[in-house]
Amino acid sequence: MSNQDNALEGETYSSSRPVSLGEEQILRRSLWMDTVRRFRRNRLAMVGLFIITLFLVLALFADVITPYKYDHVDFSIVHLLPFKDPAHPLGADAVGRDYLTRLIYGARTSLFVGLSVPLITFTIGIVLGTLAGYRGGVTDFIIQRVIEVATALPPLIFALILLSIAGPGIGNVILVLSLTGWIEAARLTRAQFLTMREKEFVTAARALGATDRDIIFSHVLPNAFSPLLIAFTFAVPLVIFSEAGLSFLGLGIAEPTASWGKMVGGSIGSTIRVYYHLPLFPTILVALTMLGFSFVGDGLQEALDVTRS
Amino acid sequence: MTGYILRRAISLIFVLFAVLTVVFFLMNAIPGGPYQFGERGYSQEAMANILAKYGLDKPVTERYVNYLGDIVRLDFGKSTAVPGNPPVTELIAQVWPVTLHVGLYTILVSFGLGLVMGIVAAYYRNSWVDNTVTFVAALGITIPSFIIATWLLLIFGFQNGWGRSHTVIIGPVVEGGFPILAWDYFLPVITYALAPLALVARYTRSSVADAMSADYIRTARAKGLTERTIMSRHVMRNALIPMVTVLLPQIPNLLTGSLFIEVVYGIPGLGKFFVTSIFNRDYPMIMALALLIAALWGLTYLITDVLYTLIDPRIRVGSSAGSA
Repeated sequence: MSNQDNALEGETYSSSRPVSLGEEQILRRSLWMDTVRRFRRNRLAMVGLFIITLFLVLALFADVITPYKYDHVDFSIVHLLPFKDPAHPLGADAVGRDYLTRLIYGARTSLFVGLSVPLITFTIGIVLGTLAGYRGGVTDFIIQRVIEVATALPPLIFALILLSIAGPGIGNVILVLSLTGWIEAARLTRAQFLTMREKEFVTAARALGATDRDIIFSHVLPNAFSPLLIAFTFAVPLVIFSEAGLSFLGLGIAEPTASWGKMVGGSIGSTIRVYYHLPLFPTILVALTMLGFSFVGDGLQEALDVTRS
Repeated sequence: MTGYILRRAISLIFVLFAVLTVVFFLMNAIPGGPYQFGERGYSQEAMANILAKYGLDKPVTERYVNYLGDIVRLDFGKSTAVPGNPPVTELIAQVWPVTLHVGLYTILVSFGLGLVMGIVAAYYRNSWVDNTVTFVAALGITIPSFIIATWLLLIFGFQNGWGRSHTVIIGPVVEGGFPILAWDYFLPVITYALAPLALVARYTRSSVADAMSADYIRTARAKGLTERTIMSRHVMRNALIPMVTVLLPQIPNLLTGSLFIEVVYGIPGLGKFFVTSIFNRDYPMIMALALLIAALWGLTYLITDVLYTLIDPRIRVGSSAGSA
């Protein structure tokens, strides 16, 4: 490495920068506008987006919307059936809490867990996947072995064991699901790096003197954005399902926090025929949320797949 | 090939060992044990006796080494929560057949029906049949099983004999050594089969559709072969290959049972037992079940890879690993 090399490197870099930046911006904007247009033409995806937005609003403004507090107990309305009392349109649960209120707060729990866990797992996964895919060698070997061990058990079984140790609670659910959920993102990122590491534009960037950091952050990761975004959208319903499932089994969210899964689990019993509203409403909401995210995921996949259209 | 299988088997043993170690130390990481969680109020001496009985008074590392020694001799210990402390292997031998029965029916229903639905949908592409199959598949994949189980219970659960609420106990029904289909299995199998069925139907559809648009199918048509020959000899044979890797890994899932379905329908199988063991902190039970599931998963993936090479000789799994 001589001074001349460095000077040359700096020069090419600075002179090429404005041009490439400008092109990139034009390209990116049109690509995204294309994506948005394709997405909006997809009816199912728009339905999904509507469901998600509705539930997000409910979750965010639960305190304002609901007439009661989520843990407010009124013993005079225990097991009240729906559509009987206009003050409690969806009835009440086994300890006399307004069911509509509980359902709205359930959206908060569901979406909070459902969005925070993928955020954590994708951060971990992208970092580990980048290390494994870009570095290769020993780093890759170690990360691959960790993944192998972590996938030896079904994620839900693994989460159950961990949760039985950590104990119930929303924080623990997020922790446990994050510990078991990063693998998909790591694998995906690693695969992206493996395929792109040898691509011409990376070689070209390297020849121009781009550092590892430049290659990772401004060349490979932006190109890996679409598949990662799609995987993220599909990770959300999976997490929502996991939270509902764990709570359903009685190991997830602790009382008095409202959780759809727990509301279903607590109501499965001999009285299911009489108090049908207890399992019915939360199951419908879980199903709608999961369908909503899947529709959006499908829509994004189609809209972002430039090669197909 | 033999070398490849051997290498994979060794790596499977390594993974099992790692799972064992991780689960063992995780479970022992927190203070307390199976007997400090109930509010049973044992006296100090009784507590010491109990701990000594199960060897829980020894330090963790010593217990770990002992456990490893036991595992090598295929001794998985005794349950600490089930009355009478029967050996873990005995308990598993009791509950697993129940799960296996449900699982086998589920495999039959989901793979059989899924294949047919997928082929029909691919053959009549973009017709109402295709749309229906695609829609059902989307529902089956997105809606969690415990939700479908709850709905089915709400709809059918109390109408007649089958699925008599979650308290009913379903035992394996065996006649002349062959399991027969009992009505009690109906709801669990339907619920359980829906997700794999959806997956099978979707993959069959796309891979049959891919194969049908291949050039050699046009050639076959041009030669004047009958639709039947084309479908069975040319389309199916090529369509089945990519499905092996996707579908075979579903099998260990089905054979170890679904926690949710067994809990909702009260099936006394492996899944329900696992949940009970977790609540009771039955360490030997949890360890054994975790190992069993991990071993089944690992074996299935190994078999999948080997089968893949057998079905499609173009793929040589051993070669890439052989050079390394």
